[in-house]
Amino acid sequence: MPEKSLTKRLDAVHEYERTPIPPEKLKGAKSFWGMYAGEHTAGTEFVIGPLFVAHGVTAADLVAGLLIGNVLAVLSWAFICAPVATKTRITLYYQLEKICGARLAAVYNVVNALMFCFLAGSMIAVSATAVGMPFGLAMPSLGDWLPNSIGWIVAVAIIGSITTVVAMFGYGLVSRVANVAAPWMILVFIAAAVAVLPELGVHSLADFWPVAKEKIWTGVPLTGQSKFSFWHVMFFAWFANMAMHIGMADMSILRYAKKWQHGFASSAGMFMGHYIAWLASGILYALFLLESNQSAEFAPGPIAYRAAGVAGAICVVIAGWTTANPTIYRAGLAVQAIRPGWKTWKATLLVGAITTLAACFPALVMKLLDFVALYGLILMPMGAVIIIDFYVLPKMNLRQNHAEFAGVSFSAAAALTWILTLGTCLFLNISLGIEVFFLGLPGWFIAALLYVVLSKWYQGKVKNPGPGVAG
Amino acid sequence: MQIFVKLISMAGLGLTLIPAFLVFAGSIDLAAHKNLMILGAVLWFASAPFAFGREETTEAGAE
Repeated sequence: MPEKSLTKRLDAVHEYERTPIPPEKLKGAKSFWGMYAGEHTAGTEFVIGPLFVAHGVTAADLVAGLLIGNVLAVLSWAFICAPVATKTRITLYYQLEKICGARLAAVYNVVNALMFCFLAGSMIAVSATAVGMPFGLAMPSLGDWLPNSIGWIVAVAIIGSITTVVAMFGYGLVSRVANVAAPWMILVFIAAAVAVLPELGVHSLADFWPVAKEKIWTGVPLTGQSKFSFWHVMFFAWFANMAMHIGMADMSILRYAKKWQHGFASSAGMFMGHYIAWLASGILYALFLLESNQSAEFAPGPIAYRAAGVAGAICVVIAGWTTANPTIYRAGLAVQAIRPGWKTWKATLLVGAITTLAACFPALVMKLLDFVALYGLILMPMGAVIIIDFYVLPKMNLRQNHAEFAGVSFSAAAALTWILTLGTCLFLNISLGIEVFFLGLPGWFIAALLYVVLSKWYQGKVKNPGPGVAG
Repeated sequence: MQIFVKLISMAGLGLTLIPAFLVFAGSIDLAAHKNLMILGAVLWFASAPFAFGREETTEAGAE
């Protein structure tokens, strides 16, 4: 029976959720260059670049802010996430279970999975703006929060279903698709931007910088949008993937790496996707604003189509798809950590359904910068917990993986670290007016300090079961 | 055979990128650039899985 055959194939997808990756399954650098290039040359790039334009970033602030922020992001992957991933070779979720206990890890996993669903949902929504074009779909505007038509919901449902089915077949297929699409996608971004430069008044290299300052990144925000500075750009670039690097979520991916140095492969994503693609999509949006007399419509599909035709629209769909895929895969792992008895494909099917539902709401796209920063901030404290547990606690004669060692299912030290860090960040945001983009850095140090102090207290209070129990 | 498939892939990428610079130089118009980009996409996606996919599988699985 075809159904049985399909189920067997899906059941055979083994992603080593609760065991270290065996040596024969480790992947070379090429897999990670392709994965990162594909993942960060994504549907969101068609949104983030234009939103910088909408927020009135100047050309100089953008170029410098992206350079420094992206370097910091690569260093975070290479020196914080990858070394732990390649030493433990287990998923973030299983590592957290050892440190925090199964119940607290389950709470984290629910939050994590929801965040991943929303992020993947925004990418599916971006793809829908391209798929909907031939059908005359009404496109969302910067102020839209709710779905504006049945057609929008249908387009999102179709793309969400396809994305979910592919993700159900595991990391191997996702990696292959991303590897094939990545080089082409980045060239589409570059080609689309270069082709429209003459229409913006750039006819030679010498024309570019004056036009960039006067027509593209003018420093004047659109109506209703806040003003962004160099610091906004730098911190956004650094922390756009905060959950992945200093939040340690990419342990689940980099545990496959033969060497920790493969963490530097993230530079492919940062400098292709988060530099060139953000600049390119900003250029395309600036042309749209000029031609539409500052229209509030915000739809990456038509913008790419204007510059690159059908290939541009296809690029929007594929870019969203190849990013939503690994994101749904990660969310599936998070759900599976809550329900270890579930097969990977069943967990992925559930998160795919939630993702598709979330994608129906254009607010995910319009407020993407704020959402991306918030999502990283919410998950970041547990990344700090992992780092402190891995490097610092042994030097203080405290136990690593204390929950596993002591047999507790809810580590009060880790839970309080998480809650108090986010509470402090909320206080800084509300009382001192510090924007969400700037809270990640102080937040990480607050979490690290809290976990050191609270571990000292907690490990003294919760008695160890005695020798012979693995820690 | 493999070299031939790789050449097709490279041609696909070339047709994706180079026409944009020809538009910038004023040699072709935007419509021609869009058509060439479609051709480039077809060539790339038809050949790249065969030209580069096998290397990926070998690297991931055999080493």
